Amino acid sequence: MTDTIASTAAAVRAGERSAREVVDERLAAIEDGDGALNAFNYVMAERARATADTVDRRVAAGDDPGPLAGVAVALKDNMCTRGVPTTCSSRILENWRPPYDATVVTRLAEAGAVVVGKTNLDEFAMGSSTENSAFGPTRNPHDPSRVPGGSSGGSAASVAAGFVPAAFGSDTGGSIRQPAALCGVVGVKPTYGRVSRYGLVAFASSLDQIGPFAATVEDAALLFEVVAGHDPMDSTSVPEPAPSVVAGLGEGVEGLRVGLTQEFVEGADPDVTARVEEAARALEKAGAVVSDASVPAAVYGLSAYYLIAPAEASSNLARYDGVRYGLRVDGDDITAMYTATRAAGFGPEVKRRIMLGTYALSAGYYDAYYGQAQRVRTLIIRDFEAAYANHDLLLGATSPTTAFELGAKTENPLTMYLSDVFTIPSNLAGHPAISIPYGTGDDGLPVGVQLLAPALAEPLMFRAAAALERSLA
Amino acid sequence: MTTAVATDWEMVIGLEVHCELSTTTKLFCGCRNAFGDEPNTNVCPVCLGLPGSLPVINERAVEYAMRIGEGLHCTVEPSIFHRKNYFYPDMPKDYQVSQYDMPINARGWLELPDGTRIGITRAHMEEDTGKTSHVGGGGRIHEAGYALVDYNRAGVPLVEIVSDPDIRSAEQARAYVSELRAILAAIDVSDVKMEEGSLRVDSNVSVRRTGSTEFGTRCEIKNLNSLRSLVHAIEYEARRQIDLLESGDRVVQETRHWNEDDGRTHSMRSKEEAFDYRYFPEPDLVPLAPSDDWLAQVRSSIPVLPAERRAALAAAAGASSTADVAVVIERGLDALVEAAIAAGADPDRVVTHAVHNLAVEGAANLDPDRLADLVKMETDGKLTATQAKKVLADMLEKGGDPASIAADLGFEAMDQDVLASVVDQLIADNPVEFDRLKGGDQKVMGFFVGQAMKATQGKADGKVVTALLRERASS
Repeated sequence: MTDTIASTAAAVRAGERSAREVVDERLAAIEDGDGALNAFNYVMAERARATADTVDRRVAAGDDPGPLAGVAVALKDNMCTRGVPTTCSSRILENWRPPYDATVVTRLAEAGAVVVGKTNLDEFAMGSSTENSAFGPTRNPHDPSRVPGGSSGGSAASVAAGFVPAAFGSDTGGSIRQPAALCGVVGVKPTYGRVSRYGLVAFASSLDQIGPFAATVEDAALLFEVVAGHDPMDSTSVPEPAPSVVAGLGEGVEGLRVGLTQEFVEGADPDVTARVEEAARALEKAGAVVSDASVPAAVYGLSAYYLIAPAEASSNLARYDGVRYGLRVDGDDITAMYTATRAAGFGPEVKRRIMLGTYALSAGYYDAYYGQAQRVRTLIIRDFEAAYANHDLLLGATSPTTAFELGAKTENPLTMYLSDVFTIPSNLAGHPAISIPYGTGDDGLPVGVQLLAPALAEPLMFRAAAALERSLA
Repeated sequence: MTTAVATDWEMVIGLEVHCELSTTTKLFCGCRNAFGDEPNTNVCPVCLGLPGSLPVINERAVEYAMRIGEGLHCTVEPSIFHRKNYFYPDMPKDYQVSQYDMPINARGWLELPDGTRIGITRAHMEEDTGKTSHVGGGGRIHEAGYALVDYNRAGVPLVEIVSDPDIRSAEQARAYVSELRAILAAIDVSDVKMEEGSLRVDSNVSVRRTGSTEFGTRCEIKNLNSLRSLVHAIEYEARRQIDLLESGDRVVQETRHWNEDDGRTHSMRSKEEAFDYRYFPEPDLVPLAPSDDWLAQVRSSIPVLPAERRAALAAAAGASSTADVAVVIERGLDALVEAAIAAGADPDRVVTHAVHNLAVEGAANLDPDRLADLVKMETDGKLTATQAKKVLADMLEKGGDPASIAADLGFEAMDQDVLASVVDQLIADNPVEFDRLKGGDQKVMGFFVGQAMKATQGKADGKVVTALLRERASS
């Protein structure tokens, strides 16, 4: 395992270690280890070295390069990086290089971080195993015969394998938290609007949210502070500066009311449920008041999600039409060109969701499907509100299972969809949630527990997560 | 063609007018909103719809849309944006951000110069698309070798103004668009140039038996690039529908394309082929809810609108024609005209000068009191109409008061007795012509007036000369 983000940045800022040395070490680790895992779609070694040199020159000149000075960061390959391929693990964007940086990329650069590469994902973030990548699946560092989870599987694996101390993913229905749980790292989905979506290639705009992966809660908190905060380029961005979360991590959970939530453990494997209950006891031991909680409408979350997310995706992915960028397969007329391009460029899961979403929005079906799903969404928000009237935080499992074998769920999409049953409700409500590694299952693979918080309550969420992490020590 | 529609049929017309707002920047990004620039130079990730880009609403565009709402007596309401999904190469995202069931402006009206009120259903905001040019095949889509797309127009703010089906003739449709254009110009939200596409009109046309209250099946006509084509297309389309119905056929609801070259409308797509736009709320934008303060501010900035200005001017100008009044309003000279009339000048003469002798640019600095002085000199007989026009030209060019300009030009009123002797001399010199005048040949009147002008170096008042000649010819 690498040093912590804070200690690395401190050493670079103090001139004790060069950013170049730190980055070279990380690039070497990727070079050595990623052949077996396929966590990266693209490693930008030359550019990373050049960025590291810039950081070192700033230190030499007496400037402070920022809180992430010299820290190597991996980005899910659905975040735009100027001049660097951004593929969404899709054939349709295979050779596309954006002319601009996503806001998170700019903020990371301003904090002195060094982006080393773009990580693999389920095509357009649609999936829970990273097997839906056009460039081959990513494997779980704990057991290469198993999936790393998804869709941000490459980012989770890159941290779990020790390639990088920091990675970013996007979470639309659990795509950060579920792979974090399966790979045994910390994964955070912030409040919707906390982190700018500008430059994140959209899957489902009302659900997508960028968040960090790290080995520890403190590292994740530090990364969150750097990228969070209002961005005028994103109309849905929360108009507040980033909250301070690192400073309060040691404050403990004395008197906090934590709800062990029935809907977020029901149906989980017994070994997973056992870890969640241990986490509840640990929080209790640390001074929290733990009681049962319920978010009844959460059980409809999966159904609502698989109407809303595909509906938005069917519209968001219309632009991949072969006219201006990306793949083009010619045809006799414009319609034939569209059809040939999209038939060749999209994989089966993406096509399935585009069709699902197109259907859900069609005249005559809109109200029964999309409209009904939005009403369910409102119910879920209401039920969360009711639960938070009596609890400060909610606790549950992140994923019903530990990492599964490659191919185990590819035949039946519905079994794959169930991987996100505990994570989807937070996206529908726009609330923050964090997955923390908490022991292992009967198979020896990591188990993640999930802490859920009301909108904008990240400081409290990180504080409880840190307490939980300490209970393992 | 203007009498194409038989009197036992009535047209029912509703218009959809797309108005490009003249904001400095586009609706959702900071790119320049300008017509005629080098193709694809005013573009960025947002208006090109690149992956990952997001829209941010231009507040000025919202304000302009609110101005339109106020100008059309609409209710300005909280609104949301929707996505209208369909594939087209000039639409970068393959959806258009528009408004659907919650438009910013609802239920208003517009009053035509003849007093008819046309209802406004809604006036909503949306983004414009790029512009496709089909290359080869003489510009025809199906024969073109390839197409080029200019995205400078993509993301330009539009307001679509939808009228109620209250319009009953092609001429009334023309009057509606003219009036709408005048309002949009007055509230300063658009260039309103049909030829540059900053004002685009689609027309829904149906016909029914006179006296019927049922609506007939309508067709939507597109590609109307001028007021002329609007009138011709509606007349053609109504005739086509009447011919169908009179021969026992039926009208099929469809979208039709007006072809300027053959003067016909052609079927584009039927109702069955119509797109399913799969509207849903745009998740990348937040609802618009203009505050009461903002709305009050916008409302107070709305100038007096053409209809009220017409009424005020007509009241002040008395006998002047409706057409002249409309011209004065269009040129924005009504304030000057009304002030000159208020200063005691003859209304008809002031309006005549405004319509015929004043350019819009030069008139800006003209002092209404001096215009009134000029008109008074004219009506007092101190200046002829021709002289007054010259004095006015000098006033516009150099400034100064009309009396001294007239003196500088040597324009002094001729003594009536001197003029009478000039006329008598002319009669004596031209007995044959005078006999013809006496015999009722009015054509020789011009000859005598011309001779009188020549003899007086243009100082004679033509009207006085004519009166003197008439008097002598009839005695």
